[in-house]
Amino acid sequence: MNILSMTAVELSRAILAGRVTAVDAMEAVFDRMESLEEKVHAYITADREAAIRRAQAVQERIERKELTGLLAGVPVAVKDNICTEGILTTCASKMLSGFVPAYSAEAVYNLEKAGAVLIGKTNMDEFAMGSTTETSAYGVTKNPRNYDHVPGGSSGGSAAAVAAKECFFALGSDTGGSIRQPAGFCGVVGMKPTYGTVSRYGLVAYASSLDQIGPLTQDVTDCATVLEILASQDAKDSTSISRDDTDFSTALVKDVTGMRIGIPRDYLGNGVDSDVRNRILAAADVLQKKGATVEEFDLKLVEYAIPAYYTIASAEASSNLERFDGIKYGYRAKDYDGLHNLYKKSRSEGFGAEVKRRIMLGAFVLSSGYYDAYYLKALKVKALVKKAFDDAFSRYDLIMGPVAPTTAPKLGESLRDPLKMYLSDIYTISANLAGLPAICVPCGEDSKGLPVGLQLIGDCFQEKKLLRAAYTYEQSRKETCGDARAI
Amino acid sequence: MPGQYETVIGLEVHVELATRTKIFCGCSTAFGGKPNTHTCPVCTGMPGTLPVLNRQVLNYAIAVGLATHCEIARYCKFDRKNYFYPDNPQNYQISQLYLPLCRNGYVDIETTEGTKKIGIHEIHMEEDAGKLFHDEQGSCSLVDYNRAGVPLIEIVSEPDMRSGEEAIAFLENLRTTIQYLGASDCKMNEGSMRADVNLSVREAGSNVYGTRTEMKNLNSFHAILRAVEGERARQIALLESGQSVELETRRWDEDRATSFPMRSKEDAKDYRYFPDPDLMPVRVSDELIEKIQKSQPELRPEKKARYQREFRLPDYDIDIITGFKHLADIFEETVAICRQPKKVSNWLMGETLRLLKEKDMDSEDICFSPEHLAGLIDLVERKVITSTVAKEVFELMFEKDIDPEQYVEASGLKTVRDENALQKAVEEVIASNPQSVEDYRNGKEKAIGFLVGQTMKAMKGQADPVRIKEILRICLTSANVL
Repeated sequence: MNILSMTAVELSRAILAGRVTAVDAMEAVFDRMESLEEKVHAYITADREAAIRRAQAVQERIERKELTGLLAGVPVAVKDNICTEGILTTCASKMLSGFVPAYSAEAVYNLEKAGAVLIGKTNMDEFAMGSTTETSAYGVTKNPRNYDHVPGGSSGGSAAAVAAKECFFALGSDTGGSIRQPAGFCGVVGMKPTYGTVSRYGLVAYASSLDQIGPLTQDVTDCATVLEILASQDAKDSTSISRDDTDFSTALVKDVTGMRIGIPRDYLGNGVDSDVRNRILAAADVLQKKGATVEEFDLKLVEYAIPAYYTIASAEASSNLERFDGIKYGYRAKDYDGLHNLYKKSRSEGFGAEVKRRIMLGAFVLSSGYYDAYYLKALKVKALVKKAFDDAFSRYDLIMGPVAPTTAPKLGESLRDPLKMYLSDIYTISANLAGLPAICVPCGEDSKGLPVGLQLIGDCFQEKKLLRAAYTYEQSRKETCGDARAI
Repeated sequence: MPGQYETVIGLEVHVELATRTKIFCGCSTAFGGKPNTHTCPVCTGMPGTLPVLNRQVLNYAIAVGLATHCEIARYCKFDRKNYFYPDNPQNYQISQLYLPLCRNGYVDIETTEGTKKIGIHEIHMEEDAGKLFHDEQGSCSLVDYNRAGVPLIEIVSEPDMRSGEEAIAFLENLRTTIQYLGASDCKMNEGSMRADVNLSVREAGSNVYGTRTEMKNLNSFHAILRAVEGERARQIALLESGQSVELETRRWDEDRATSFPMRSKEDAKDYRYFPDPDLMPVRVSDELIEKIQKSQPELRPEKKARYQREFRLPDYDIDIITGFKHLADIFEETVAICRQPKKVSNWLMGETLRLLKEKDMDSEDICFSPEHLAGLIDLVERKVITSTVAKEVFELMFEKDIDPEQYVEASGLKTVRDENALQKAVEEVIASNPQSVEDYRNGKEKAIGFLVGQTMKAMKGQADPVRIKEILRICLTSANVL
C-alpha cells in the first residue's frame, strides 16, 4: 500500500480501520522529505523525532477510541505565521528568529482536537508579504512541478508541501490570495473561507481585516473536510462569527444543474496569458456541460481593487508589525545606543526589504495629512468593491476566473519589479476586500507543463456552493483526463 | 496689570475603571502584585494574539456618561494610537478617536457666583500602559506589564473653567459621581484618577482663545492648583514682555513648583490613528442604555436630599459627608447600628477628617468598621469612657480598626467612678496648687477650670470632669479641708 498516494480523507479512513497507523503516515512523510526537501525546501521547521512522538501519542488515542473523526492521525503542515505552542514560529523573518510561542492558534488547536498531527512549519514570504515565497529569510521554496519556478506565495511552502506529497494537507493564510495563488501555481486545491469563519487567534497578523486561515489540500473532498474542522466561533477573536452551516462535506455533490456562473470580462482580458485563458474557458465548458449556465459580465471597479488593497493592507501591517521592536522577543540588534537606536537597528536588521517597503507605505498612508486622501479613500473603494460583488451575486451564484494572469513565474523574476508582482494579485484580492469565500482548483497545464488554477468566488457564507461547483468540476475532469492529482 | 487677564482651563481626566479584569483580556486589574504576574499573551502584545472587549468596561463608561448628561453613541469604534515606547507592548494603544462613546455632556459646579455648567466634550474608553523602572546605574530599564490593558476612560472637558478653584470643583464633582457609580475608586495618589490641564490666558472680555499649553504629571488637587497659578503667571509674563505662548506640552515638577517643556508643536508626534481592525465596532442598544440608566445608584444630589429628610443633619455636615462615597457609606452603616446621626457625623467630620488630612490619606483608605465606630459612640453614651479617652481609642481604631470595647476593657480605660479615688485626686491637686486655690477663693471663677484640668490629667482622663468640678467646689468651699 502506497501511503503517499492517499488523500487526507483516504488516509484517515485507513488509519481508523487499522490498516495504517499515524506513525506509518508520519514516517512516510519524513521519508519523502528526505528525498525531496533538499530540492523543494517547503519547510522551515520539521523535527522528525518530535513529529513521530506526536504521531505515536495520537495513534494511542485512536486505539483507545478517543479519536474517531476524520483527520485523526493525518500529518499536517502549518504555515509558519500560525502559532504552534512550543514550536518555533518565525513568519519566515529574521525578526522572529528563535521565537517559540507559549500558545497555539485556535485553528491549530481545532486540528489537534480532531487528531491531525503536526509535521512542521512551512516556508512563506516574510510576514506573508509577497507572491512567490522568495522574501523568506530562510531561503526560497521551489515549485515541485518545476524547480526553476516559484511555488507562488505567500503560502508557497504549504502549497509545495501538498504538491510534493511532503504532507497530506496544509494550513495557509490568505490576505490577498496567499492560499489560492500558490495552490494554483502548484496544482493543488486551496480555499479562503468567508472572513470570520476561521479564528485568527494565533495567526500573526499581516492585515487583520483581510487575513483568513484556510486549507491547502490534494482535492476538494479534503478541502471541505478540513474546513469543517477549522471553522469555529472563537471567543478570543472578536471578528470570528457564529455559523450553523459548517457541515461543508455535505456540499460534495456532483451537480451544478441550474447554477448561474459569471466570468468578469476583465478577468479574461488584457494581461492574461493565453494558455491560462484557454484553460479557464475549457473549465467553463465542463461546468456548462454539467448543467450550469456560464456567461461573461462586467464586474465594476476591478482596476481599483489593487491600489485599495495595497493601501489598506500596508496601513494595517505598519501598525500590526510595530510590536516587533526587539524589546520583548525576537531579534535585537547586537550594538545599539539608547532606546531609539535599539528600535531602529533591530527593525532595520530584522525585517527584509519587502516588509520594510510595506511598513513605509502603510505608515505614509496613515500619516497626518494623507489619511483622508489614501486610507479613508481606500476604505470607500473597499465598500464599493463589496457593493459591486453584491450586485454580481444578485445575478450569479458564483463568479469564476483564473487565480492569476499567468502560471508560476521563474525564480528571481518577480522581485525585480514589485509593482508588476502586486498587479499579478488582481484576481484574488477582491475576495479579501469583500470578505468573500473563494477556492482554487487545478484546471490543467500551460504549454510548459505548469499548472493553471481555476478560481471560484462565492457570496459571503456560500462556501457550500463553491465546494459543490469545485467538486463537480474536479470529478468531471477526472473522468476525462484521469487523476489530476498525480505529479 | 495681571488682573486684566482671564484664565481659560480645560481638563483631560483619566479614570481607571473598577473592573476585576483588564479591558481586552482576562487578567486581573488588582493594584500591586509582583511585576508581570497579572499578564498573559494578549496584554504583553505577543504575536498573533487578539483583543476582546470586556463588556463591563462599556457598562461603566456608559454609566459615567449618563451621570454626566452625555449623549451615548449607538455606534462607536476603537482606534489605534501608534507610538513606540516599551511600556506599550504592541507599540500602539487601543483608544477611541474618531467615534468616542460619549459626547456633549456637562456637570454642575458650585462657584461663588452660583451654579455653573462645565461642558464635557467627550468620554472615551482606552487601555493603560505598563510601568517602566529605570535602573539607577543607568545600565538597563525594566518593564512591568501588570498595568498594561487596565481599562481607563478619558473625560475631556470643554474649556469652560476660569480658575484653579473651578477646575478643582469640576474634578471633585467627577470624583464623587464616579465613586457613587462604583465605576472607580478615583484615588489620585494611586493614579486611578489623573488630570492633565490645558490652560491659556486672554484679555478679559475677549472671546478669542489664547494659545494653550498642556500640563502633565499633576498628582494631587494641590499640585493642580499650584500648576494653574504658575502657568497662568508664566503665560501672562510672556505676553506682557511682548513674547508669545508656545503650543506645547509641559511637565509639572511639584518639588520645584515649576513646569518644564516636554515637547513642542514642531515635534508633536503623528500617532497615525486608524480604526483597530481586530475589534468590531461597538453597537450600543437602547435597551442597554435603559438598563444601565435604571440601575444607576443614588447619586449625590439625591443622597443630600435624603439626608436632610431622614437624618435632619445640618447642611454643612451633609455637604461634607456626601462629598465622598466611602464616607457616606460608613455614615449610613454606622447610623443603622447606633441610630445617632449627629454623633456619627461629628466623628466623621471631626476626628476622621483631621486624621485623614494629618496622614495625607484618601477617604477611600478609611479602614475602621461601622460596627466599631457605633461601639465607640455607645461607650461614650453609656459614660463608660470619657470623650478624651474616646479620642485616644479612635486614633487606634483609625489606624488598625481595633474593637473599642475590648481595647477599653483590656487597657483599663474605663471612667473611674470610685468616689474615694476622685476625692483623693482632688485633694492632692488642691494641695499642690495653692495659688489657684487662693485665686478661686478670691473670686476668680476661671481658676477652677485649671484645677479640673489638673485633676483630669492626674486621672489620665479617665474621670468625669463634671463630677470632678462638683467635688472641687465642695472641697474648696468647705474650710475644714485645709
